[in-house]
Amino acid sequence: MGNVVVWIVWIVAAFSCLASGVAVISFTNPFFSALALIGNLASLAVLYLLLSAEFVAAGQVLVYAGAVMVMFLFVTAYLGGRADAPWAGGPTWQQFGAVLAAGAILVEVIVVIGLKAGGRLSHEAKIDSGFGSPRRIGEVFLTDHLLAFEITSIVLLVAAVGAVILGAHSRRRPDTIGEQIHEGEVHARP
Amino acid sequence: MQGPDIAWYLAVAAFLFATGALGVLLRRSPLIVLLSLEIMLNGGNLALIAFSRLHGESSGQIFALAVMAVAAAEVVVGLGLIVAIAQRKLDLDVDKLSFLRG
Repeated sequence: MGNVVVWIVWIVAAFSCLASGVAVISFTNPFFSALALIGNLASLAVLYLLLSAEFVAAGQVLVYAGAVMVMFLFVTAYLGGRADAPWAGGPTWQQFGAVLAAGAILVEVIVVIGLKAGGRLSHEAKIDSGFGSPRRIGEVFLTDHLLAFEITSIVLLVAAVGAVILGAHSRRRPDTIGEQIHEGEVHARP
Repeated sequence: MQGPDIAWYLAVAAFLFATGALGVLLRRSPLIVLLSLEIMLNGGNLALIAFSRLHGESSGQIFALAVMAVAAAEVVVGLGLIVAIAQRKLDLDVDKLSFLRG
């Protein structure tokens, strides 16, 4: 009975994950794409829970669907409704190549995983109840993977500094005379 | 609790990755290219966590968390660039933004 419930939850989560992924790349309005990505992240969190990765699932919902996507929606709303029409004017050689390349990536990944790990994918290791809990993750993060932890903090710091610099740079005074005339700060000589 | 095999999770991860790659290659709006990158990163994350469950080893989840941090950093810088592009009143089209000169 529990088995059937797990399968049903898995099928619903996997289907909504794939469907919202396709929706993200097929909406013309970036706002709808961002909303579809929130659905994608939520259904991925369900899959993580089924893989007994509770802490990562919680982090996914909090950090990704909460913080990152809200920032994305703010920027999309700030930029206004700039929809692009990806399929206007029929398929071009560029789009044909894109579909070909993505299909090649899919086939490559599946073939490589099937060749290297095909027979061993059904024998899951026995895990205890603490697997994936915040306690276990914290222990492993701060002992075995301390270097990854520190590098992550440096990456976040560099990104924050870079975002501040980008924001300050884009707000600086227009530097050419033409731009200043355009902004009305310098008047053109009669 | 006996759910589907790890192979099914890996198949979903591969499809997600390919969907994201298709979006990156196909779409021209840099906002949607960033969203597609997120899908690719999440496909990688799902594979990491599935293998972590397969081997009963927490390290995969650690690296999934690291990937999430990298994705957040990437979104911050990417959105900063997009806002800077929009404030210069350039087209938000990655095909036209071929010069990196400010």
